[in-house]
This record gives sequence, structure tokens and C-alpha cells, in this order.
Amino acid sequence: MAQAIDPIHQFQIFDIAGPFHIGGYEISFTNSNLFMGIVVLVVTGILIAASSKAALVPGRLQSIGEMWYQFIENMVKQVLGHEGKKFFPLVFSLFSFVLISNMLGMFPYFFTVTSHVIVTAALAVFVVALVVVVGISKHGLGWFKLFVPHGVPMVILPFISIIEIISFLSRPISLGLRLFGNMLAGHIVLKVFAGFVVVLGSLGFGGVIGAIAPLAMAVALTALEFLVAFLQAFVFAILTCVYLNDALHPSH
Amino acid sequence: MDPQAAKFIGAGIACIGMGGAGIGVGHIFGNYLAGALRNPSAAGAQFTNALIGAALAEGLGIFSLVVALLLLFT
Repeated sequence: MAQAIDPIHQFQIFDIAGPFHIGGYEISFTNSNLFMGIVVLVVTGILIAASSKAALVPGRLQSIGEMWYQFIENMVKQVLGHEGKKFFPLVFSLFSFVLISNMLGMFPYFFTVTSHVIVTAALAVFVVALVVVVGISKHGLGWFKLFVPHGVPMVILPFISIIEIISFLSRPISLGLRLFGNMLAGHIVLKVFAGFVVVLGSLGFGGVIGAIAPLAMAVALTALEFLVAFLQAFVFAILTCVYLNDALHPSH
Repeated sequence: MDPQAAKFIGAGIACIGMGGAGIGVGHIFGNYLAGALRNPSAAGAQFTNALIGAALAEGLGIFSLVVALLLLFT
């Protein structure tokens, strides 16, 4: 019984094909890899299907594709301005990957790729490393003016600089952990409430009546989790834009 | 004290931080709504900023949750 309602069990990674020993490393094809592949296939499938039969008056699928594209295009234009156009493919890919992996994770027995900190941390470290590379290649050493804000009295400037540097260094941690924590906590809460239903339901007639309340709660939380799945993908994409804005315009 | 019990107590104390994140997110959306009702024409443009603020405030609560999970499962 205790094993059957273990809320952590859903995050377990197991080998589907596996472990191959290549060059001294153990490499195996896991369920996480499988679902990353499915996410990429779903994103490309939807977008190809949406854009293959382009009509002047868009159908349902084409409307979804156009909304998806314009949503990110507006966001990039709003935050990064005209210069940011070359970062649109990056932001669009990140948003699509995170959104579809969050959404696919909501289906029963599906694995949530973004509920593992190694995946989200890799995405976040990539984004912040890109900010450093773009900033230095665009502004040279002048990019480090990001840590020395304008108009601050000389007395407190060292402290402000230290705070700015710490806040910059904590960005990859906070960006990765936010997505990971939201997905992990949401899925654990769903499974805990589903576990209440099972435990109460096994107590007989009175228990079944009592199980109505956690069941209703589980339904409401599922709706909330769909909202969170979209919101976290949106937040990840817009924070990527905000951080890239620091690389393009360091003296704010 | 039994180390296992101390771990569970520590995880519970760490989760108090999530209440602070709840207060912060409530403040952001409450003030956003108050501003939006005073000037509805400017509300649409600021919704993105409200979401960014909520995400930044929520991230700190998530940190305390991660600390609690680390205490429980390591």
C-alpha cells in the first residue's frame, strides 16, 4: 500500500535500452531521453502541420501555429527591441520545449522532462553563458559596466557592485530551480491528493463519501497545474529575454 | 535527538519560507489589480511585469522547498 501511493515514484528514471559502455562511460537510453524525443517530435509535428497548408483565412491548426509564433515574436520585440530579432529562434525553441514538456507531463503515466533539475539547470546555464558570451563579444570589456550602475555615490559603489555580481551569479540557479521546483511540487501535490482518494476510498462507504472532497481538490489542482505549466514556460522565455537584454544594453 | 527526527523538523521549518513567497506573490497581484482598476487602459501593458515580479518572488519560495526536499531525501 505504501509503495503504491509513493508520490516520488513518478520521477524515477529507468533504462529503456541499456547501459552501453562507450569509451569508459556508461551511456543508456532512458525514459527521460524518450520523452525529450517525443517533445521535439510533437513540437515539430504541430508546427509543420500548421504551416504546410497555409491559407489566407487560417484554419484551427494554422491559427494555433500563428498565435504561438506571434506570442513569442511580440515578447522578443517588446523586451529586446529590433536588435533582438536574431535571438527569436532561441527563445522560441526554449519556450516550445519547456511548454510541451510541461504539458505532456500532465498526462497520466507520462514522464515530465522538466521535473529533473539536471535538465532545467542545463537550459538555464546555457542561457546565462550565452548572455556572457554575447555581451563580451558585442561590447568587449565595457560589458562589465553592467556591474557598475550609473549615478551611484562612490561610497556605496563597491557594495552595490558586489550585490550586482551576486545577483548575476545566482541567475542560472534561480532560473533553473524555479522551473524544476514548480513542476516537482505541482506533480507531488497532485499525487498526494490522489493518494488521499485511494486511502479514504478503501475505508468503506463512509470513506467513499469522504473521498469526494480530495477528488474535487485533485480536479481543481489539475486545472491549476495546466495553468502553471503554461505560466512557467512563459516565465522561462521572458526571463531569457530580460537576461539577453542585459547582454545587448548593459548600461541601464 | 534522533538525526532522522531532526531532519524532518528541519524540513518543516524550511517550508515556512514558502509562506513568505505566498505573501509576496499576493502583494504583487493585489497591487497589480488595485492599479488596474484605477487605470484599466494601462493594465494590459503591465501584466507582463506583474508576471515577472511574481515569478521572481515565487523563486525564493521554491528555494526553501528545495532545501526541504534536500533535507528529506539526502
